[in-house]
Amino acid sequence: MAGLNKVVASYDEALAGLTNDMTVMVGGFGLCGIPEGLIAQMVKTGVTGLTAISNNAGVDDFGLGLLLKSRQIDTMIASYVGENATFEQQMLSGELNVILTPQGTLAEKIRAGGAGIPAFFTATGYGTPVAEGKETREIDGRHYVLEPALTADFALVRAWKADTMGNLVFRKTAANFNPMMATAGKVTVVEAEHIVEPGELDPDHIHTPGIYVDRVIQGKFEKRIEQRTVKSTTDKA
Amino acid sequence: MALSREQLAQRVAQELQDGFYVNLGIGIPTLVANYIPEGMQVMLQSENGLLGMGEFPTEETIDADLINAGKQTVTAVDGASFFSSAESFAMIRGGHVDLTVLGAFEVDEQGSIASWMIPGKLIKGMGGAMDLVAGADNIIVTMMHADKKGNSKLLPKCELPLTGFGCIKRVLTDLAFMEIKDGAFHLLERAPGVSVEEIVEKTAGKLVVPEHVPEMTF
Repeated sequence: MAGLNKVVASYDEALAGLTNDMTVMVGGFGLCGIPEGLIAQMVKTGVTGLTAISNNAGVDDFGLGLLLKSRQIDTMIASYVGENATFEQQMLSGELNVILTPQGTLAEKIRAGGAGIPAFFTATGYGTPVAEGKETREIDGRHYVLEPALTADFALVRAWKADTMGNLVFRKTAANFNPMMATAGKVTVVEAEHIVEPGELDPDHIHTPGIYVDRVIQGKFEKRIEQRTVKSTTDKA
Repeated sequence: MALSREQLAQRVAQELQDGFYVNLGIGIPTLVANYIPEGMQVMLQSENGLLGMGEFPTEETIDADLINAGKQTVTAVDGASFFSSAESFAMIRGGHVDLTVLGAFEVDEQGSIASWMIPGKLIKGMGGAMDLVAGADNIIVTMMHADKKGNSKLLPKCELPLTGFGCIKRVLTDLAFMEIKDGAFHLLERAPGVSVEEIVEKTAGKLVVPEHVPEMTF
């Protein structure tokens, strides 16, 4: 690594410094936009006691589901656990500590974390179990819950294109949580589908400026589809 | 006759207006997209980061990077945009979505809704539902009026953990269309062939019945 060239050559290098009991953010919505190779590398390192922050937990045999299966995650912060039987079973047995967080609140907690805002008030979850034990306040006649920001030791992000300086472009709905997470990691590692030279990305079209990014690795993606729906089944949606 | 899933979707579609931005939840709400009136322009918001959701793709155009909130592969219409989850919920929380349609296990006469968890039985997580009900002013909940044993799902007070407190104003069930205000359900319309008596019998919460209750028309 030299200067602002953030490209690393191996997954070992990409996750160097990841140790037991760390907090890791992982981008993606379902299996869409997940950093597949970085997740596989986490399994390989064998680190345990992780706190994982991710909207979902993948499925049983792909995505973050792999780390649940290998019992490397202690605590999971997510909004939805529906598609993963291992997750549901570990949560019900109490083996896994799960902090269910409303999706928009989760996104904003991460955005706030990256932007240096320690907490914010939101109406989301007021009067529900999510607000239990949290400070509330009435502002202009409406009730709000104080939600603390989230940051992580590592943020694992998937991008469509990255230049070697870490400027990122996401593609379609594979962006999801990736842009915010890129800003909220002490070490942000980007697994990109394509790595290009500085100047090849139009500065007007960059979604995440390179200042947030520490390492970039060329990924190889299976891009598994969770629910393959095509036109002929439209009426059964 | 109680409304079918398709009829529930059709009745909700009658509430659409030209130029609306609409978020449709998973299940019956998704079907509303099939009944957008001809010539009406409506943009569908999918909270995973898509405004302008189109129909399902063909085998040739299927794209793993383009899904809806139910994780189904979809397409984007002309004029669509993609954005992050934070931006998506800024739209939702900021009240920019004109109509939100979602399902529920229970709704009560104060307008509270429970839809994400049945203790000891089912924990799916709330996904975006808590943000949607907190952020939207115009919400229609689609649900069954009662369970298979005839137990009402329209209650004096929700028994399951809440998704939102006092935020629901309109409920469409397989039997009736109702407004919630002043601590009661107000019967607006009944499903074709369903009697007011049946609706009264299957509503556990306070129900206000006007003299004349029109049947829904399709």
